[in-house]
Amino acid sequence: MGLLSFLTIFACGGEKTEETPASNAGSKGIGPVSSVTIGALDQSMADRGKKQFEAKCSACHKFEEKVVGPALQDVTLRRTPEWIMNMILNPMEMTQKDPIGQELLAEHLVQMTFQNVKEEEAREILEYFRKMDLK
Amino acid sequence: MLKKSNIIVVTLGIALFIFLPNCKKGAATATLASDAASRVYVAPGEKDEVYAFLSGGFSGQMSVYGIPSARLFKIIPVFSVFPENGYGFDEETKDMLKTTHGYVPWDDSHHVEASMTDGKQDGRWMFLNANNTPRLARIDLKSFETKEILEIPNTAGNHASPFATENTEYLMAATRFSVPVPQSNVSIDSFSKGGFKGTVTMVKVDKNSGRLSIELQVLVPGFNYDLSHCGKKKSHDWCFFSSYNSEQAHKMLEVGASKKDKDFILAFNWVRAKECKDQGKAYNFGGEYVNNFKDENKPAVSTKLSGVKMLNPKDCPGMMYYMPTPKSPHGTDVDSTGEYIVGGGKLASVIPVHSFSKMMEVKDKKEHHSTEIEGIPVLKYESTLAGEVQKPCLGPLHTEFDGQGYAYTSCFVSSEVVKWKLGTWEVVQHLPAYYSVGHLSIVGGSSTEPYGKYLIAMNKITKDRYLPVGMELPQSAQLYDISSGKAELLSDFPTVGEPHYSQMIPAKLIMDKTAKLFPLEENKHPYATKSENDAKIVKLGNTTHIYMTAIRSHFKPDIIEARTGETLYFHVTNLEQDYDIPHGFAIGGAPNMTNLLIMPGETRTFKWVAPKPGIYPFYCTDFCSALHQEMQQYIRVSP
Ligand SMILES: [Cu+2]
Repeated sequence: MGLLSFLTIFACGGEKTEETPASNAGSKGIGPVSSVTIGALDQSMADRGKKQFEAKCSACHKFEEKVVGPALQDVTLRRTPEWIMNMILNPMEMTQKDPIGQELLAEHLVQMTFQNVKEEEAREILEYFRKMDLK
Repeated sequence: MLKKSNIIVVTLGIALFIFLPNCKKGAATATLASDAASRVYVAPGEKDEVYAFLSGGFSGQMSVYGIPSARLFKIIPVFSVFPENGYGFDEETKDMLKTTHGYVPWDDSHHVEASMTDGKQDGRWMFLNANNTPRLARIDLKSFETKEILEIPNTAGNHASPFATENTEYLMAATRFSVPVPQSNVSIDSFSKGGFKGTVTMVKVDKNSGRLSIELQVLVPGFNYDLSHCGKKKSHDWCFFSSYNSEQAHKMLEVGASKKDKDFILAFNWVRAKECKDQGKAYNFGGEYVNNFKDENKPAVSTKLSGVKMLNPKDCPGMMYYMPTPKSPHGTDVDSTGEYIVGGGKLASVIPVHSFSKMMEVKDKKEHHSTEIEGIPVLKYESTLAGEVQKPCLGPLHTEFDGQGYAYTSCFVSSEVVKWKLGTWEVVQHLPAYYSVGHLSIVGGSSTEPYGKYLIAMNKITKDRYLPVGMELPQSAQLYDISSGKAELLSDFPTVGEPHYSQMIPAKLIMDKTAKLFPLEENKHPYATKSENDAKIVKLGNTTHIYMTAIRSHFKPDIIEARTGETLYFHVTNLEQDYDIPHGFAIGGAPNMTNLLIMPGETRTFKWVAPKPGIYPFYCTDFCSALHQEMQQYIRVSP
């Protein structure tokens, strides 16, 4: 019984699925965020997000090129807002269980870290990403 | 059925052991307790029930084990440098080891004390003594780091230390080696003429911050003060100190200090002492000392202090009494009710137990005094005696209490632990120990509420217990289950340094409060770099400050240029805000500086004087990610 449940958990965590990224394009990912309301760009929110990004994310991410993690330009076009926020807030589980997260880990080989970002801060970072993608 | 036969085997083992201390067969047989293995087994992923904090003896450190598994979790550097993480080397912690004698990177640490609130362990701090260069340390149990070290002036051999009062109002520290106070160049035989003195120091612990300060010193007769324990409940106002060499011999102590049939336990009313100080009865006295304090994520601040308030016992009647205690007492231990004060006379054939109530009744009645020593009344032995445990063992040392009415005393010479009953003074069990046991510890055993499930015995000798590893064998501790009527040996395990004394605390009091990271926003280190964009190199003449960041898997800046002779300070901030991701920092060939381990959100500084021209690699030493090997860079040194 114990062995069985262990195997099951292992399969959940580690096994690759056959799904293609395309079918995940609308995925919201795994984490605390289930829905985000997007309106017109909020400039001051994006500015706060920029500050957070520079303090906690910029050591590994640039917009134009891959550094430690992937380049972020157009990320809001590639992923849903929920997925982006869940990746910021729950990177460990996302890279273990979310099909896109799993592929990203396989490609970049460095576990994305949770940087002690609060949910409203993740929302601000998302707003900053939106601003960058409007350019 | 199985259990019964094993008890017989165990008993037989003890019998054999007592008569043939080197009989290996006897020792091996006695460890075959029935299901001991399953009782110490903690399955993968499961957590231990208890934290054990062991002093490191001559290693000067404190080690943390899980009980019952006896797995070693951590060595906390306290009084000795620790190359593994840079403690005592880097700009942030090197001042922790400052003393009035200069930088002292080693000590001999004997006693661990846990902070208490209302007599119960509160899981906030651990305290540790430095015997050799008298100091006291406070270790924070959120971060498991040494936060403060206070030097104790006017003393030598800070052995009876750091024993806490019931509510951690004060820590006591008393002299092992009496010396001239103040220090002076006198002939050594003046010790025998009363020219040497001891001191008892009251170190105040701030209730909220834990900060340490010296409240008062009391000048006491020049005996060797060995151990202490403070009262609880009705004896709350009192602490008790054992003393030996009341003969004041100054040579051949093994004979000279063992002449008298009885030495003393000193009963000290610290509430009364404070009262006398407040009434102006203490006088200004010299003594230089140093206080080193390391705030979270900031460099340690070392402060030089001067002078204490000193009190003479004759100026404060009612503060101190001597209780004669056979013979060369080591332990002086107060039971959980606060009534019994148990002496452990190294050379005594009984375990004497003093009654606190009796002491209170007779202490100021002349007919119960036999004499007076330097203003301290000596009470008659029989006047305070509650009882004696007759012929318990050879060399009784130290006693702990299970809160169920039983006491456990370690016996150094006969290598055993004896269990006996408070009140009837009868021995109910002999437990073998391998070998030469010093202190004992029961979970919560020195508090008012022991969690009396486990007992560990800390041994000085391990001959034949483990695979030999050259001439120096590991010291060891042994774990007993004392939860049922008969105590049982469960396991033994080698330890770091000499495990001198221990405090054990239920895990639930600590585990959920431990720190996981330093929030970057709260990093107040003057050289912190909170974002990679702020990483920079600042040259000030021949000194360069490098504001460096570390995150999986790179440093920034990563190309450093310097000139021979230039002093470089690498202030490295770990930008991770993830649990359990420290980064390391080391430079090839760096003299005077070891590795740094920098916790998430922390800033630490590696000082380096650029040597002869060449290329010097630096790298992360803590395996941090798949690209950890790539976390490396170069410093170019030009002429
Ligand atoms: Cu690293």
